[in-house]
Amino acid sequence: MELNHETLLDIHRRMVRIRTFETEAGKLAEAGKIPGALHLYVGQEAIASGIMAHLSNEDWITSTHRGHGHLIAKGGEFGKMFAELFGRATGYCKGKGGSMHISNMELGMLGANGIVGAGPPIAVGAAFSIKYRNNKNVAVTFFGDGASNEGSFHEAANMAALYKLPMLFVCENNGYGEYTPQANHQAIVDVADRAAGYGMPGVVVDGMDAVAVYEAADAAIERAKAGDGPSLLECKTYRFFDHVGVRGMGLSYRTDEELAEWQKRDPIHMFESRLAELDVLSKDDAVKIHEDVLAEVQAGIEFAESSPMPDPATLLEDVYA
Amino acid sequence: MADERELTYIGAVAEASRTVLLEQENAFIAGEDVAGAGGVFGSYRGILDEFGDQRIVDTPISEEGIIGLGVGAAATGLRPIVDIMFMDFMGECMDEIANQMAKMRYMFGGSASLPITVITMSGGGINMAAQHSQSLEAWICHLPGLKVVAPSTAYDVKGLIISASRDDNPVFVVLNKLSLRNRGHVPEESYTVPLGEANVVREGSDVSIVTYSRMVGESMTAADTLSENGIEAEVLDLRSLQPMDTEAIVESVKKTQRVVVVHEAVRFGGLGGEIAAQIQEDAFDYLDAPVARVGAPFSPVPFSPVLEQAYIPNAGRIVTEVNELLNAA
Repeated sequence: MELNHETLLDIHRRMVRIRTFETEAGKLAEAGKIPGALHLYVGQEAIASGIMAHLSNEDWITSTHRGHGHLIAKGGEFGKMFAELFGRATGYCKGKGGSMHISNMELGMLGANGIVGAGPPIAVGAAFSIKYRNNKNVAVTFFGDGASNEGSFHEAANMAALYKLPMLFVCENNGYGEYTPQANHQAIVDVADRAAGYGMPGVVVDGMDAVAVYEAADAAIERAKAGDGPSLLECKTYRFFDHVGVRGMGLSYRTDEELAEWQKRDPIHMFESRLAELDVLSKDDAVKIHEDVLAEVQAGIEFAESSPMPDPATLLEDVYA
Repeated sequence: MADERELTYIGAVAEASRTVLLEQENAFIAGEDVAGAGGVFGSYRGILDEFGDQRIVDTPISEEGIIGLGVGAAATGLRPIVDIMFMDFMGECMDEIANQMAKMRYMFGGSASLPITVITMSGGGINMAAQHSQSLEAWICHLPGLKVVAPSTAYDVKGLIISASRDDNPVFVVLNKLSLRNRGHVPEESYTVPLGEANVVREGSDVSIVTYSRMVGESMTAADTLSENGIEAEVLDLRSLQPMDTEAIVESVKKTQRVVVVHEAVRFGGLGGEIAAQIQEDAFDYLDAPVARVGAPFSPVPFSPVLEQAYIPNAGRIVTEVNELLNAA
């Protein structure tokens, strides 16, 4: 599949946006400036970017507790995102959701989710909605290897296949269900194998390779839009930061060597080398993009820090319509 | 009024469903055995033939998937009616109910609306034992973001389902199995019974019986018996449990000064405790006696008809409770 330069640069920019946002958010969290817990997406950027490069605001996604990357790749603005992480009134959820529930309906982002595995059934509903209206869109549910052990995933997979819904199940297999390695939480190596049990294709994808993700998504989306039903893409990846925060809880559940091995396959570094080889983006131009995005992130942080806290009088607003 | 049009309680569900599908092009029904079979209780008889399989959808036995389907479809602009055959099965889908459906709008800062109607069945009395007979409305009334109604008559079934379908919030319509064949007046045309409004079904001056669902009928029978002995009970059918018409409860208490709260659900942790607390907060000075409660004992619903009869509150128990209350005062 020939990718045009514009698409490659688009994917690159999405990845850099995620990496930069998450890195700075991690620093702020470690400095105690963000209340609550952050689950950061660093290391997994190729997946959200490769998928979202196909989607418009009319395509729906459900996300996970590690959801910032999905919202950024779907077009989230840094200022409103940081404002939400800071619990400000100007945040995407007016400070009522925070990191684990960050969402934006206008961008087609049905929320990060604090409950592992809760997203797939909701995405089934969004895909049902698309089909009900005969729209040519898709619903994509992101979930992890851990979530693939929840009953909700299995119910959703069965229903999506049964109804031939325009849907993608994107498993971000980062090798750990919270702190438990995959080998200790399921007896299979490839989550993609589970697709066969529901009568849908299951594909294993290198989740560190944005082009591989983009190409796999292309085929799955085409199938979904043709009315042939959902697919499962299992993207093998790794989280460079801890389960929560950057250094996390200091639990010893993985080795520095394992982390270093995966970091050799940093999805952004690999992609930039490829773009340089293809003469799409020089190393210097890449540096410039990182700098521009960093400036945008810093402006976002300033916006958030200078934003008002929610008025306590708004506490009971939005419980009901 | 003998010439008034009558329907059964379950017939009113089918008529309300049909009305909703006719009125709202984005409404559809999904659940186990709802389409081909017309619902195991006959709730949706005839709907598939009239509206086709886009508007009424049989689902796998996957309650979490069903509620998730409703949440996702509602958030993206449809108006689902989802059927959870027995409310006991909420255990299978409580995450999608409690953490997703109830909270999504609030977590999203008000940007999402979830116009979902959940139709489900409560109550014992048909020997279905511990997992098909419960009255678990307290579970869902405890969740901010949800509305809950529990109609006692065919008229209210139709009017409340239509109201629920027009509301932009998730509304649980908790029906009652033993009431399915009860007949009552139901107008043919579309109409609504407002959410959050109780109904004084019998006026009285000596004691208020605050109740809902099938216990309304038992309370009316009890009131007739009490009346023979010169005690006039007022019977208040709450109809909506969340939001609850506290004002109507307080009004009745001011009139009678004595209250018995009656529900089929287990007494401990049931809505009776909440109602009693609201009364002492808002009408303490009017009370001549402590608020009394009639509910099921702290036990699973038993199977054997003899045991089940001993378990479920009935008119006789309500009469006894009222008499004790009046004698104590």
